[in-house]
Amino acid sequence: MTGKQLWSWLAVVFAGLYFLLPLVGMFDFSMRMQRGVYSFEAYRIVLADPQFQQTFGYSVALALLTIVIGILLVVPTAYFVRLRFPGLRPAIEFITLLPLVIPPIVIVFGYIRIYNTSSVLPLTGSWWGTNILLLCGYAVLSLPYMYRSVDTGLRTIDIASLTEAAQSLGAGWARILAVVILPNVFVSVLSGAFLTFAIVIGEYVFAALLNVNSFGPYMVWMGGNRAYEPSALAVVAFVITWACMGLIQLFTRFSKFSTARR
Amino acid sequence: MAFLDIRHLQKSFGALRVVQDFTLGIEKGEFVSFLGPSGCGKTTVLRMVAGFETPTSGAVSIDGHDITGLPANRRKIGMVFQAYALFPNLTVADNIGFGLRVAGQGKAEIARRVGEMLELIGLPQLGSRYPFQLSGGQQQRVALARALAPRPQVLLLDEPLSALDAKIRVSLREEIRRIQRDLGITTIFVTHDQEEALSMSDRVVVMHQGIADQVGTPFEIYNRPATRFVAEFVGTLNLIDADLVDAAAGHVRLGGVPVTLGRPAPGRAGERISLALRPETVALGRDGGDIVLPGRIAEVHFLGPVLRVRVAVEGGGFISLDTFNQADRPPPSVGAPVDISMSHRDLLVLAA
Repeated sequence: MTGKQLWSWLAVVFAGLYFLLPLVGMFDFSMRMQRGVYSFEAYRIVLADPQFQQTFGYSVALALLTIVIGILLVVPTAYFVRLRFPGLRPAIEFITLLPLVIPPIVIVFGYIRIYNTSSVLPLTGSWWGTNILLLCGYAVLSLPYMYRSVDTGLRTIDIASLTEAAQSLGAGWARILAVVILPNVFVSVLSGAFLTFAIVIGEYVFAALLNVNSFGPYMVWMGGNRAYEPSALAVVAFVITWACMGLIQLFTRFSKFSTARR
Repeated sequence: MAFLDIRHLQKSFGALRVVQDFTLGIEKGEFVSFLGPSGCGKTTVLRMVAGFETPTSGAVSIDGHDITGLPANRRKIGMVFQAYALFPNLTVADNIGFGLRVAGQGKAEIARRVGEMLELIGLPQLGSRYPFQLSGGQQQRVALARALAPRPQVLLLDEPLSALDAKIRVSLREEIRRIQRDLGITTIFVTHDQEEALSMSDRVVVMHQGIADQVGTPFEIYNRPATRFVAEFVGTLNLIDADLVDAAAGHVRLGGVPVTLGRPAPGRAGERISLALRPETVALGRDGGDIVLPGRIAEVHFLGPVLRVRVAVEGGGFISLDTFNQADRPPPSVGAPVDISMSHRDLLVLAA
């Protein structure tokens, strides 16, 4: 092993330890609920808790709906900006980055002020209205990730030629988007979608201030009231996130056609 | 009125006028090439016919119906692009069937037509492949089949051979022409390659700075170029300065030798005019025609079947000529004195 290689390995090992040690510590702690033995007792309690099942299911549903809204909002926007208004791209990119700069609490306070029960559109007054607000808020939070990944995906295909080819064959805009554009940026849409999923699953501020019983507030409540279960819950959350990342890789690798090889 | 009628088409991008007053009638089943350097407006005219650009003024009609205001997807015009533009997510068969599915045809009919198209392009076994699994030539054939499958009224080809290598380019251009003849489909072919335009077309439109400089058969374009630009752009050309002696009678002096053009020349006596001459109309020796000029060999380029010889003419100037390569006769050596000859009928008098 040459000196150069040694240093490279040292750097990798150091980084690995930096990331893994806290996780190992957390996992170890979550296994020590029963005195003197290693067990999955904390996991059993968490997974059997009806509150966990209810809030987790609810958050998964919210995340999936957010992804659908995100796709419907972002794919046509990114496509038309690239195709027709390329000059607007910096402005649109800036707008989509705003959710990273403006704290969610500002957005949700804005919502509550505008849509409270004494307003013209009292969305916070009903279960449906609150959920709609929550979905809109989550769609905004996911914008930076969704827009960026879709825009990057669009860059790898010649959308102008593909669009014109489809038009010359008689296709209208809806068909072009659904049959030609979306499938070709599907991998990018998926990576945006999984990031959205990861954000929405653990989101706390929106849910807490809109008084919605989702997975984020449940985790916080758990953290404040139990000892071992929160660690188990954190490990579960990590596994879910990693599974999402793994799925992105899988889809990228095994997608039927490759956009890279053209 | 012609089948495809383009009338007074103009297009400006801001202050820049890319196409100026372009008028052309194309008959049913005709194969017309737009030939010109990049930026001459040929692709812009094509895109206006396709519906991808809106003309600043003018009109396009097909079979008597004005289509100027019609969106691209309702024009029934097939198009093949330089970059193939096959849908990467669809198989070859699905690509070819795309237009038929849009038109709402039944599954059986689509499968039948796709099979027919795959036969036509000679790739019957490749229906289940994806575009990235095909070579460039195969992809462009599939793009052609896809454009033809919905039976368009007009076929537009936007430099379809430019991205291919030389051998495939030649075989594919023959194939495109064969298919076009078999189907009798009205076709516009845009290219900057004169050989493609001359070899494939019924008529060629040579474009320059947004204007059709000359419209004619390949034979006319090559042998009787109407402008200096056409003469220079199509084929290789000698440009020779001559002194005008008698404009009306067509008498000039060429390197000191008196020459009768046999037709009137523009200008006044005493002026210098430009004459043009194709290299293949000049012969080494004194037997090539009524005009004989003495000179000296300046350069010899061996091109395989042909030798291109550059001769410094006595009295000034150079003339290039082409002569066939003969294995039993070595090429002339540089510096050797030589006579070259040509016929006055081959001298072209060019408008400026």
